[in-house]
Formats: sequence, structure tokens, C-alpha cells
Amino acid sequence: MNAGIAQLQMQFRDYTISLYQQGFLDDQFTELKKLQDDGSPDFVAEVLSLFFEDCVKLIGNMARALDKSTGTVDFSQVGASVHQLKGSSSSVGAKRVKGLCVTFKEYCEAQNYEGCVRCLQQVDIEYKTLKTKLQDMFNLEKQIVQAGGVVPQVDID
Amino acid sequence: MAVGEVMRMEIPAGGDLTVTPPELHVLAVDDSIVDRKVIERLLRISACKVTTVDSGARALQYLGLDGNKGASDLKDLKVNLIVTDYSMPGLTGYDLLKKIKESSTFREIPVVIMSSENILTRIEQCLKEGAEDFLLKPVKLADVKRIKQLIMRNEAEECKTSSLSNKRKLVEGNIDTSSSSSSSHDDSSVEDIPSSKRMKSEFENLSSLH
Repeated sequence: MNAGIAQLQMQFRDYTISLYQQGFLDDQFTELKKLQDDGSPDFVAEVLSLFFEDCVKLIGNMARALDKSTGTVDFSQVGASVHQLKGSSSSVGAKRVKGLCVTFKEYCEAQNYEGCVRCLQQVDIEYKTLKTKLQDMFNLEKQIVQAGGVVPQVDID
Repeated sequence: MAVGEVMRMEIPAGGDLTVTPPELHVLAVDDSIVDRKVIERLLRISACKVTTVDSGARALQYLGLDGNKGASDLKDLKVNLIVTDYSMPGLTGYDLLKKIKESSTFREIPVVIMSSENILTRIEQCLKEGAEDFLLKPVKLADVKRIKQLIMRNEAEECKTSSLSNKRKLVEGNIDTSSSSSSSHDDSSVEDIPSSKRMKSEFENLSSLH
């Protein structure tokens, strides 16, 4: 009996549940986990990696579109990138990022510059926070597997 | 094959010729790289062959609807289902749907639209244009399983129809071996209603209820 593995598994379970409880993740993330198996053991990590790359690209687009020094702000251009980010965050279960995009979209439609700039800053912080949290979660998984254990299935709710 | 020679087909004792449908080949169209990855996995896990493209224009290119010879002209790459995002830059999913339904070669391929927005008029517009179904994003495994069952059922019905007509031709061939072209008539006694039209008439029934 390996108390080390059991402890890691408990840590992993608690951490995962907290991410859902704190609103970082929603049930679409659970759906993604269903698609992971021995044949595709890194599927979730791969999708999230693509998502974070998407965040960098789209946030860059938004920042450029909100740059007043290049002329008048094209809110529809900002909105287009926000719409895309909303879509991909929804597809991976990134609940907080998605929520911010909803607010962001409203500010775009209202052509509210200050509101947009605030949302841009928040969404930047939010995706980075999620990235760190998920990194910690993936690391726990790795530790469990390396110790010879199995990553437990965590039932949310 | 010489005149009078009959092609043999193994027919089980029960008499019912069951055809195992081959793996579905799905063309998935989405401009989001994240969504492409997810839909590809959803389909692969549901035992489908998948080709993903990032735009409506590329989808038309793949099908050969842009005037050039498409990749899907190759027998092995025949597309059985198209799943497309609605909002895409350039050609939208709706535009793509229209082009496919306008094509005599491809109009029978079922098209499923995906969208993050639950807009009733959008859904109605797509169904009216002949879309097989409309999926709300984010797409889940249950959605894909449902679509696959629907498509497989349609394909199985078509296989049965064509195998029934083959069976009939065989029997006629057996009886009348002297005439070489006795079984070349077109067997259209079993009506195959394309599922998109079925969807259309169901939609019309529903709207008449209001």
C-alpha cells in the first residue's frame, strides 16, 4: 500500500473540485475528459494548449483594435475577436474567461471604450490564471502516474 | 463475365441480406482551431473517419465544387456527412449548406450545422435549406452519437434498398440466362426519401401547428 499515491490522489481530487467550485471550469471540461483515453492520454492538455495559444492571438488582435494611436477604434473588429474567444473558451469549459467575454461583447456593442479596455485587462489576467491552475492540475496527474498510481475520476456534483 | 454466367452472392439461410455499413467519413468545417480539434476527437471516438478544414472555401475545394477536381473524388474518400460551423468568415456555414444542396453531385450528403448561438430564425433558416440537424455549441459526445445514429440509419436503409434491388436482379438473372440484358432495368419501386426532405416536411408540419 502506497500512502504517497493515496495522498496525491486526494490532493488531485480536492484541487479539481475547487477549480469547478471557484468557477474556473464548467461541465464542458468534464466532457473533454470523457474524450481522453489510453489511446489519447494527453487530449485535454493538447486542446487546452491550443486554447491558450488562441488566447494570446485573439487578445493581441483586441489590443491592436483598441489602440487609439492607429486611428479610430473599430469596435466591430474588437467584437469579432471577442466572439471567437467566447467560442473557444466555451468549447474547453473555461467558464470565467467565457463569462468575461460575454461582458466584453456587450461593451463592444455599446462602443464603450473604457469598458472594453477594462475587459481586455481582465481577460488577459483570467486566461493566465487558468493556465497556471491547470498546469498545477496536470502536474499532480503526472506525479500520480509516475508514482505508479491511477488518476482518479472526479465526479463533480 | 460470359453470357449466361451468374454472379454468385452469399445469401444467409434467413434470407435477409444484412449489409454492414462502412465507416462514415465526415468532413468537419470550422474556422476555430480549438473547435476543430474537439469535433475531430468527438467524431474519431465515435468511430468515424474525419477530415477537418478551416473554411467553407476549403470545404468546397475538398469536395471539388470549386471547379477543380476535389480530393473526395477518390473512391476511398467519399464524404458521408458534413458538419459545419455557422459563423465563419467568408463563406458562412449557411452559404456552404446552400452550395451543397444546389449541387447535383453532393445534395444528398447530409449537412449538420453547429452554432454557439441559439437563434430560432437561424435554425429554421438552416433546416429549411435542407440541413439534417442543428447542434448548439459546445458540442458534446451525446450530440455526435445522436447524429451518427441518424446518419447510419439512413445509410443502412439506402444499402438495404440497393441490395434488395440487386437480389431481385440476381433472381431474374438466374431464371432468364439466355437474355443478357434482362436485369438492367432501374428498380425504383422502393421510394428513398432523402432525410433532408423528411426533415423539411417535419418542419412544415410543426410550423403549421402554430
